[in-house]
Amino acid sequence: MSTTVRQTATTADTARERWPLMRGTRDAAQLTDHLLRPLWSSSPVWGALLAVSCVGTALFVFTITWTVAKGIGTWGNNIPVAWAFAITDFVWWIGIGHAGTFISAFLLLLNQRWRGSINRVAEAMTVFALMQAALFPLLHLGRPWFFYWLVPYPATMNVWPNFKSALPWDVAAVTTYFTVSVLFWYLGLVPDLASARDRAPTRGRQVIYGIVALGWRGSGHEWARYRVAYTLLAALATPLVISVHSVVSLDFSIAQLPGWHSTIFPPYFVVGAIYSGLAMVIVLLLPLRRAFELYDVVTERHLDAIAKLMLALGLMLTYSYVIEIFIAWYSGSAPERYTYLVARPFGPYALVFWIMTIFNVVTPQLFWVRRFRTNGAVLFLASVAILAGMWMERFVIIVTSLNRDFLTSSWHFYSPSWVDWGLLAGSLGFFSMLFLLFVRFVPSVALSEVKALGIELRETNAAHREVVRRA
Amino acid sequence: MRDLSWGHGTYAAEFASADELAAALRVLYDKGYTRVETYSPVAMTNAARESRSRLPIAVFIAGLVGGIASYLIQWYANAYAYPLDIGGRPAHAIPAFFIPTFEGTVLCAALAAFFGVFWLTRLPTYWHPIFEIEGFDRTSVDRYWLAIDASDRRSGPDVTLHDLRALSPVRVVRLEATNA
Repeated sequence: MSTTVRQTATTADTARERWPLMRGTRDAAQLTDHLLRPLWSSSPVWGALLAVSCVGTALFVFTITWTVAKGIGTWGNNIPVAWAFAITDFVWWIGIGHAGTFISAFLLLLNQRWRGSINRVAEAMTVFALMQAALFPLLHLGRPWFFYWLVPYPATMNVWPNFKSALPWDVAAVTTYFTVSVLFWYLGLVPDLASARDRAPTRGRQVIYGIVALGWRGSGHEWARYRVAYTLLAALATPLVISVHSVVSLDFSIAQLPGWHSTIFPPYFVVGAIYSGLAMVIVLLLPLRRAFELYDVVTERHLDAIAKLMLALGLMLTYSYVIEIFIAWYSGSAPERYTYLVARPFGPYALVFWIMTIFNVVTPQLFWVRRFRTNGAVLFLASVAILAGMWMERFVIIVTSLNRDFLTSSWHFYSPSWVDWGLLAGSLGFFSMLFLLFVRFVPSVALSEVKALGIELRETNAAHREVVRRA
Repeated sequence: MRDLSWGHGTYAAEFASADELAAALRVLYDKGYTRVETYSPVAMTNAARESRSRLPIAVFIAGLVGGIASYLIQWYANAYAYPLDIGGRPAHAIPAFFIPTFEGTVLCAALAAFFGVFWLTRLPTYWHPIFEIEGFDRTSVDRYWLAIDASDRRSGPDVTLHDLRALSPVRVVRLEATNA
């Protein structure tokens, strides 16, 4: 026993030994108050950021109004490029939404303890990203007020959605994912809302947090039921991580268009989705960690783990890119070969293609170096590049395939209009606004999980010291 | 174990750590107490003797119902009420119906898990006798409580108080019977 401990202490040099999951000397009460502090006090920086994000939201409202009032002719879309920015934005946002469930459900089932302090942020990000994503296909309907035609209901004309089409699948997948994400998020929040209720400095806040905490008292009875339900929801949400983006990819791969008609699409899309989602987690987490001084609960260990995941996913994505090109060549089909070997790398959107390749394939290679995996600036910039690269990937898939299909006489160039740009920028603004409100009014670190982890780590450390002492 | 009925009053004791609460609980169980409830800021593993939850069965049934209903809706809409011949594909297209069926299964199962847990824990319940203890609000922060129902077979005014004090808690409180 003693030799094993000595060996691990001297030879092993893993992230597990290098960085703790939690650090600091705060006891449970101090930690609770520290993590709840953003709920009771504002800061000028937060106010300024909120103002900027409100301007973005106003732009979103304006461009949506413009689209609905005038029709989607105000977008740059044309025939044959009938899908363009809106679907790119949709796929991008929904992809970002994957990391939340990946971190909170997938990693819970895999018993990855580091997820505990970042899962709340990732789940909130998921819910807000899905809200952006769902708006784009809705607007793309042209007459969004008829969206309920996609839902099976007994209409007077006896017309039903065609379930053999991929689009009602999408509606089912996104609706389910959004609902399950919200339920999972709220269930996880209930014990922390009770903490907020019990620490609230004013009567008004006590009442508000008291209402949303549902009267949680932390009894053994409640905790036992709660844990069962939480694990069940995690188990139910886990296949959704895989299925939602697979279904989104079927929107493409069921069509016969060169560049879309590919069986690798479902796993390729899922990998890209989690990849971009983790990049967004980093982009949100690093400023949050600094602003709210979360250094005790979000350590280098977390950054290192996310960076490693991004590296792994980046390599899988690179593999998908290479295989796609290989299969296009190997198929012997002239339009497939043209799309992959000529139109994308050397066609009108070649610049986007090459920037995408550099951002998505080269950037994650930085994370082979341990120093870069924990360096805030490198992580942040790399994540922004990956997010931009992943947006470009969807643009390349959608626009280069549509603008040059089988029939050369129907080829048409696409360029976005100001409304397209406004909607993209506006969705970023709306997302930021929701996230800023979240960090100010909702406990953004899972208090009960972090405290449980603290107790467990103390026990483990005590046991470890005991073993060393006896040795 | 069900949450306490509170019909006969309660003896409650406060502890400063999860370990002390777990140790105290073991002692009380050994002494023969059965109607004991814990209150803690973190989930107490193996602390209370909890019966096996019925929730997974409810979730399974809900998922089954959701999946069957989703499939039947698609079959009714596309194969029975208004079959469309698109490219000669069969009206009753099992592989195509698979995805909404899967989504319906997960959706109904998740809704059952979410509402089921609140049904089983009787939440929202905004008032509970134990909230009347001065300082109980620290239970969601860093304090651990243990409560023994006065109707417990082993319970008696002197015996229970004596047993609780023997565990050297921070303090012991007696809550009178309520009609809740």
